[in-house]
Amino acid sequence: MSVSRRGFLGGAGAVAGVVAGSATARAGGGAERFVGYPDAMGLLHDTTLCVGCRTCELACAKVNGKPKPAGPLHDVSIFNKLRRVTDKLYTVVNRYVKARGKKPPVYRKHQCMHCQEPCCASVCFVKAFTKTPEGPVLYDPSVCVGCRYCVNVCPYYALGYEYDNAINPTVQRCTMCYSRIKKGEQPGCAEACPMGAIVFGKRKDLIKLARQRIAKFPDRYVDEIFGEHEYGGTSWLTLAGVSFDKLGLPVNASHKPLPELTAGFLSVVPLVITIYPGLLLGFYAWTRRKERLTEEARVAAVAQARAADGEVAATKAAEQKKLAESRQKRAVDLAVKKALADAEKAAAAKEDTP
Amino acid sequence: MSESIAVVKRPLITPFNVIAGLILLAGAGAGLYRFAVGLAPSTNLDHLNPWGLWIGFDVMTGVALAAGGFTISSAVYLFGLKEYQPLVRPALLTGFLGYFLVVVGLLVDLGQPWRLPYPFVVQSGPTSALFEIALCVALYLTVLFVEFTPAAFEWLGWKRWRRLVHRLTIALTIFGLILSTMHQSTLGAMYLITPSRLHPLWYSSHIPVHFFVSAVIAGLSMVIFESALSHRVFADQVEVTHEKLDEMTIGLAKAACVALGIYLAIKVVSISLDNEWALLLTPYGHWYLFEIGGFVVLPMIGYAIGFRERRTTIIRVSAVIAVVGIVLNRLNVSIFAYNWQLPAHERYWPHPFEIIVTVALVTFGVVMFKWIAGRMPILHEHPEYRGEH
Repeated sequence: MSVSRRGFLGGAGAVAGVVAGSATARAGGGAERFVGYPDAMGLLHDTTLCVGCRTCELACAKVNGKPKPAGPLHDVSIFNKLRRVTDKLYTVVNRYVKARGKKPPVYRKHQCMHCQEPCCASVCFVKAFTKTPEGPVLYDPSVCVGCRYCVNVCPYYALGYEYDNAINPTVQRCTMCYSRIKKGEQPGCAEACPMGAIVFGKRKDLIKLARQRIAKFPDRYVDEIFGEHEYGGTSWLTLAGVSFDKLGLPVNASHKPLPELTAGFLSVVPLVITIYPGLLLGFYAWTRRKERLTEEARVAAVAQARAADGEVAATKAAEQKKLAESRQKRAVDLAVKKALADAEKAAAAKEDTP
Repeated sequence: MSESIAVVKRPLITPFNVIAGLILLAGAGAGLYRFAVGLAPSTNLDHLNPWGLWIGFDVMTGVALAAGGFTISSAVYLFGLKEYQPLVRPALLTGFLGYFLVVVGLLVDLGQPWRLPYPFVVQSGPTSALFEIALCVALYLTVLFVEFTPAAFEWLGWKRWRRLVHRLTIALTIFGLILSTMHQSTLGAMYLITPSRLHPLWYSSHIPVHFFVSAVIAGLSMVIFESALSHRVFADQVEVTHEKLDEMTIGLAKAACVALGIYLAIKVVSISLDNEWALLLTPYGHWYLFEIGGFVVLPMIGYAIGFRERRTTIIRVSAVIAVVGIVLNRLNVSIFAYNWQLPAHERYWPHPFEIIVTVALVTFGVVMFKWIAGRMPILHEHPEYRGEH
């Protein structure tokens, strides 16, 4: 087995292709700190104002051309079961804490959080998701292959997929009413909310507003804005009077954007491609060298053995030759003797004959 | 076709063929149904559980179990373990069929499978671990195919082609090892971004390394298991004597034992670094201990005893346990310990059709292996190329 130069170069060319591919992977890894687009819009949901009327659900369905949400809006029995965002229900209001004495129940509206650094955008292998400078995370169904990696990793379970569509199923989720924002309008839910529990505005202004509310009513709020820092921050901000883990939001969410966790690993990939070929060829050369040395030692040993054998054989041959010669000589002598004796006999016989 | 290889005529109607045929028919039916009506009626996938058995087993587990190809070919061609040469071709064939089935399984699962080339021809998302996997699997499937072709060329009698590919052996082996290192670990890296959804005992920032090392275990164990099986099923084909096979099995057991030891160590290191000892006392912790104790420690001890006492039966049983362990690990990561915080009624359990398609894919792999090994020089050397590797 030998490495032909052509064969090796062929392999090297293919490796170079992968290196080029991973170089872009590194560039897109996003290792630099990104604090969000400065003028991005956002929404602030003040759960202490939310009464669970679900008007936002209805408005959302209308704006997005989706079926009317289940049950009449005044039917509170719907809150007995935790509902989830689906491909047909972009937003859903759930009751997380039941009323206790004078304390009213706590509701929270759930939908895509429009992360500053979205997992869905990071994991998509066709880059179907984009975080727009305006704030919304947008999705391009025209490139989607339907692997649903985005649906699988979202820490907020906020994406739906059209499982009942056999022809061209796509991911379905809140778009923060991007087209309405572009027209200068508010998202459907914010416009519809009769309680003013959903405020639309620039994200940085909303954070200030939330801080003011917390400062003004310290007893009413938990001193934290969910979405300010969680997983790098979200465009959808939440204020609450109870701790966020009671509201179905991730417990102990780190402040580090989740895509960074993958970027670190992917940055190692080019090292594998650059180090492995040389390292492995080194191993291969080492193996071959060991084989060659073994082979050389074997050949030398055989030759030596042969040479030793040769001497022995030569001696033997000489002895045999001597033996054979002496035998031959004896045979000749014998034959001559016999012939002489025969001749004498014959002569004697002649003499005897008269 | 070479005259010297006698194709043993086997009857078409055998219990194996009938059962395999029925399974394949059922699988084809379930597959057609999935494409006719979509994923909703044919699977239990939903918005909370978008990845089920087809990703968890067909892709995640399939890739790991097909790791024998790169493990054995690297050992023989790069590291000079020439005595394992007879195992290379079956391992490469299993690898090729395994990856082929991974792609088929993926196509069944994808919402719009006809768009599979999109990441390369329409728009790339290189920040995605999946992009790297797609690229590596596409390339590695090609590498495995080329690595397998010498057997087909020998069978067909195409000497020039066979010579050409034969010259590429080292380059292909190195390329295969690079690609395997990358995508086997990147399959684990797909879960780096899900610290809130994957149970902390299985989640680790080292999960790519866990996946790579366990893939080596899976590859070695599959080769031990599969070579024993081939020796029984293809007794008329194999040239390697039982003694020689036992010798190789014992050698592989040593390697697998070391790999399991390393795996156990890095698992303990992960638990220790993340300080998750207390979690071992929870129900998920018991399940984790069951996985590690029953399917890492046990086969490791089994391999060690089998190696030391030269008992191939113990080794082969350990191989089966280790393979089941890798299946369990991949299913734990992708299904059982995933979305662990969701209430029971929102958890995933595979739909019968999902199970049927998966069983049919595995069956298809076995049937293809049987068909090819029954014809091409996989388990024996072609007489014209004897000793030439």
